[in-house]
Amino acid sequence: MLIYAVKRLSVAILVALTVSLLTFSMIYLSGDPAMALAGEAATQADIENIRRVYGYDQPIYVQYFDWLGNALKGNLGQSHYLNSPVSEVIFTRLPVTMILGASALSFGLLLAIPLGVLAAMRPNTLIDRFALGLAVIGQALPSFWFALIMIFFFGVALRWLPITGSDSWLNFVMPSIALGYYITPAVMRLTRAGMIEVLSSDYIRTARAKGLRPSIVLFKHALRNAIIPVVSLAAVQFGFMLGGSIVIETIFAINGLGQLAWESILRADLPMMQAIVLVLSCFYIILTLVADILNAFLDPRIRVS
Amino acid sequence: MSDRILEVENLTVDIPVGGGMLHAVQGISFHVDRGETLCIVGESGCGKSLTSLAVMDLLPSKAFRGANVLNLADEDMLSAGERRMSDIRGNTMGMIFQEPMTSLNPAYTIGNQMEEGIKRHKNVSTAEARERAIYLLEKVGITGAASRLSQYPHQLSGGLRQRVMIAMTLMCGPNLIIADEPTTALDVTIQAQILLLLAELQREFDMGLILITHDLGVVARIADRVAVMYAGQIVEQGTAEQVFNRPTHPYTQGLLECIPIPGKTDRSKPLGSIPGIVPSLIGKFSACHFAERCPYAMDECVAENIDMQGAAEAGHEYRCLLDNETCDANARKKGVA
Repeated sequence: MLIYAVKRLSVAILVALTVSLLTFSMIYLSGDPAMALAGEAATQADIENIRRVYGYDQPIYVQYFDWLGNALKGNLGQSHYLNSPVSEVIFTRLPVTMILGASALSFGLLLAIPLGVLAAMRPNTLIDRFALGLAVIGQALPSFWFALIMIFFFGVALRWLPITGSDSWLNFVMPSIALGYYITPAVMRLTRAGMIEVLSSDYIRTARAKGLRPSIVLFKHALRNAIIPVVSLAAVQFGFMLGGSIVIETIFAINGLGQLAWESILRADLPMMQAIVLVLSCFYIILTLVADILNAFLDPRIRVS
Repeated sequence: MSDRILEVENLTVDIPVGGGMLHAVQGISFHVDRGETLCIVGESGCGKSLTSLAVMDLLPSKAFRGANVLNLADEDMLSAGERRMSDIRGNTMGMIFQEPMTSLNPAYTIGNQMEEGIKRHKNVSTAEARERAIYLLEKVGITGAASRLSQYPHQLSGGLRQRVMIAMTLMCGPNLIIADEPTTALDVTIQAQILLLLAELQREFDMGLILITHDLGVVARIADRVAVMYAGQIVEQGTAEQVFNRPTHPYTQGLLECIPIPGKTDRSKPLGSIPGIVPSLIGKFSACHFAERCPYAMDECVAENIDMQGAAEAGHEYRCLLDNETCDANARKKGVA
């Protein structure tokens, strides 16, 4: 188990380094960063000056290691637009996005997994059709449109929920549903398919032949095995959700990382964008690592070799 | 309590399929006494496995079971609900399956899976359950039993897993064990070991054992009584001695012709085979099921359903229109009597 965890961790670190390299090279994607910073009216002397101040005159690997070293110390540079340290801005915005992400993920999984299990227990019945119908709608419905429809009904027409801001938990209800619903179809389908397969397996027949209670057969013997691929999928889906949060946070005017990303793109605030990409990527990497370790915990064939 | 552990009368299993109703098991009757081994033999698809699942009430949900009598130790299992059946399963009646590689849950340790059954049925502590598991693992010939409890199924070979399955089935001290081709998936060298182990445990714990197999060599070694199944029916039933030494039904004779018996089979002649294929069991048809492949088939054979009739000795019966003397003569001619 420990060896496995260390192996996964080293892979995660390698992935994180690759991401940092890609993120770093973002500055050079749009041409000379010094020229971009200086603006259209700048003289050649201004550009040279900026180049020296920001260290763009150094060899590129020196720049990368400087940047990486600073990033590891928590210094992600200075925002070009807000004129304050990038890390400071990010850490005020991060908790909001984390709450949104966690509640959306919980909503999505709590909807998808029980529905998938129920559908698998009674395939081709009303509950199964309902679940599959919900999945089809979820796949066909763009989350921004779903969000707008919810705002119209629950925010404007019924006035049950606030439509903007992030002050109370009520603000998070609609964004979490809009974002979480996005991951429901894939997770539900995989749970259903996995449960149907596991329920017809030989060890379930063995469990029944032992006279175990149906609930024990279902939860202890079936779900434990069916949930293993779902854990990996949920981690991948969470990655998509981080991307989706940019749209959802903008729609609901939630002051999180997603909205910050959107604003930074509009302002061409490169250090900020770099940092957001880096932070979100690291989240994704950590979550994948957690999923891998959780899987090893669930499946002894991974854990015990 | 009488010695009769299982009494089955007129058991049927019907499965709706696209083209109608598949009559997979068509009114079979048998019984098992304490300390007795009944072997059910027959080729693939003749309804052996469905018969065992029907007794356990573990048939797939779309299959229908019917019977006149289905008694386990004098208790009527036909009127028992699912709740009562789950009290019986794994407790007084256990089952060993064909596929040891997939019959254990990969996510739990051997100990966990062995102990959960006895904890469900008997009022025992974890320590007592553990102790019994170790005792039984040793009984089925597994070394280092205590350390095996914390191992996972994927760490054991097929033969070991089947031994674990056997030990697991014995946890609650059942009266009856149904073993559905328990050695089919195993190495030939392991097969004999497992079967002899089963026979030994059956004697030691004085249980009834139903062994389902298509290996006649195995049957000859451990069976007390034999039921030969063909296309959903029992075509011959009797003591092992009767069925092997005086086979009456043409199908049984055909089967015995197919296996070499040292000292009995003529070395110069090729081994026998039964021409043709098993008839489809979809829809009703009233005729001898074996008529199409039978060398002695007559017009009467396809006219009506054939009933069981008694052979020369008591307890030996067969499903054929031929009289007993003709059958014996046929058997001698084929060199199987």
